Amino acid sequence: MNFIALKMLVGNRAKYLGIIFGLTFASLLITQQSAIFLGLMTRTFGFLTDTGLPDIWVVDPKVQYIDDLKPLKETESLRVRGIEGVEWAVPMYKGLLKARLPNGTFQACILVGLDDETLIGGPPEMLQGKIADLRNSDAIIVDIVGATGKLAKILPDGTRMPLHIDDTMELNDHRAVVVGTCRVQRTFQSQPVVYTTFSRATLFAPRERKLMSFVLVKAKQGQDINILCQRIRQMTGLAAYTHNELRELTVHYYMKYTGIPINFGITVVLGFIVGVAIAGQTFYNFTLDNLRYFGTLKAMGASNGTLFRMIILQASTVGGIGYGIGVGAASVFGLMTGNTELSFYLPWQLLVFSATSITLICAASSVLSIWKVIRLEPAIVFKS
Amino acid sequence: MIEMDTMNTNAVLCRGVTKTYGSGSTQVHALSGVDLEVCLGEHMMLVGPSGSGKTTLISIISGVLDHDGGECRVFGREFSHMNRYEKTLYRKQNVGFVFQMFNLIPTLSAAENVAVPLLINGVSRSEAVDRARDVLNRVGLGDRTYSLPDQLSGGQQQRVAIARALIHNPRLIVCDEPTSALDHETGHKVMELLHETAIGVDRALIVVTHDARIFSFANRIAKMDDGRITYVTSPHHYLENEKQN
Ligand SMILES: Nc1ncnc2c1ncn2[C@@H]1O[C@H](COP(=O)(O)OP(=O)(O)OP(=O)(O)O)[C@@H](O)[C@H]1O
Ligand SMILES: [Mg+2]
Repeated sequence: MNFIALKMLVGNRAKYLGIIFGLTFASLLITQQSAIFLGLMTRTFGFLTDTGLPDIWVVDPKVQYIDDLKPLKETESLRVRGIEGVEWAVPMYKGLLKARLPNGTFQACILVGLDDETLIGGPPEMLQGKIADLRNSDAIIVDIVGATGKLAKILPDGTRMPLHIDDTMELNDHRAVVVGTCRVQRTFQSQPVVYTTFSRATLFAPRERKLMSFVLVKAKQGQDINILCQRIRQMTGLAAYTHNELRELTVHYYMKYTGIPINFGITVVLGFIVGVAIAGQTFYNFTLDNLRYFGTLKAMGASNGTLFRMIILQASTVGGIGYGIGVGAASVFGLMTGNTELSFYLPWQLLVFSATSITLICAASSVLSIWKVIRLEPAIVFKS
Repeated sequence: MIEMDTMNTNAVLCRGVTKTYGSGSTQVHALSGVDLEVCLGEHMMLVGPSGSGKTTLISIISGVLDHDGGECRVFGREFSHMNRYEKTLYRKQNVGFVFQMFNLIPTLSAAENVAVPLLINGVSRSEAVDRARDVLNRVGLGDRTYSLPDQLSGGQQQRVAIARALIHNPRLIVCDEPTSALDHETGHKVMELLHETAIGVDRALIVVTHDARIFSFANRIAKMDDGRITYVTSPHHYLENEKQN
């Protein structure tokens, strides 16, 4: 009976394609929008991802997410270093700064200052130069997106010249020399990222009483990280988060205090509703078109169970095809936008999520059809 | 297989069968006490004015509709003692259907349409389609097995439908106005085919018709009026009787 069900389905070309279109649309919309949403969420903690070495981040207790900068006194890093179970603790500076470009325009940059001695927290991937070159005088490392984009030199004829090693610029009226370029994760902040040493960063930065953003901590081997966090909190009165905790804090902040999840949630729900509306309605009409034949099968002795399985087979066929095309199209979209401003993150869990959504849409779509066919009186076959 | 009483020479036995559609003021008494006997090996025709209950009666006899009162036995088994499942099983194994509008599935080939009753009975697709080709040969459509229904003429479609009604060797074949969508000549040929292929010693054929020109194919004719069988007679007597009135 399976091939009868499939031939019925495929033979009704217009409705068949209509149902697949609806499901493809829903699958594409749900997968793609969710992937963009997840991509955006991974961006919220991009800086954290780039800085993988420390086990624990010590910050001001009022900090709500990673880019929420609330400076600490520099002496805190020494205090943390003295706590039992700490392998090392280094300061890190992070702040916004104005760079003066050769043509006289200003551009805001994110300045990251690394511990002078260890240079811990440096960029994850160097493209030109070495991190150690930061020890040279006035040295900075610039991220490649900034170097080729907002910080690039603009020649008189209007072409952009990317920043290169040995190029100079002015950071808050201080001379800075480029010693390398690096790649960093895109974050919500679109400004170029500039790395330098902690002491130089505090020199570049506007004078303030407190200039340290984080204390980065490595636990001693065998030291329980959660217990160490607790200990640091108790002894310093500061907040201490593990890598994962800070990431969750950040994601939670964006989920709770920005409209991003709601926006994407609405689109995903819309995709779901449109899927049910188009696919469900067309599927139901398809069943109505074939009601006479379902009735004939029923009269000839096909049981309700058989007809039920036929409809389920039809629904899962269009569901599978629509899901496949939709997810495929979403993946192609993701590949095409791979290296652009658009965020896109498609883990396998998301594939399961859209498969579940499409299954639900198909289930919702076939319920009416099944209801109609199960209740169908076989006596209708004699009605002309 | 449902056990059928083979000692009984009746294929169908109805006693005082009633059927009412709807309720309250919209009630229609479609059957008000039908008595009818169809013997094994018999070709019975049901005739009568529009609305007299012919379709209702064969719906009950073929097990697609429940009757309200009276007795209705097919091959010795009383319908009111069968549950839904047994009725489905009865239809699946024992009944072949031919409809006025053919009811062939438009996206299946002729052979696949003919194979449907076997598929419903659990026969594999390849075997069912093979056997369908044989039966199509028997009804003279051996060369059209791959054609879709709308590539066939009305007469050819009805022949496919007859092949479908025959393929699983049912003991009862019911036809509702099998020729009324066909022109006279084609209708006549279709009746010839039905008569040749569908009659057998352990079987019965019941045909509802308005078409006086095919009456001669029947063994007996049952005349219905207003939800009752008014009389049963031979085709010859029936035509004479009608002439007199
Ligand atoms: N499903 C139904 N609901 C309500 N009334 C019905 C239904 N089916 C048939 N009837 C009524 O029952 C009566 C008998 O109908 P039936 O179809 O059996 O007549 P028929 O002899 O087959 O007529 P025709 O020659 O026009 O096909 C008619 O009055 C009809 O209107
Ligand atoms: Mg009728």
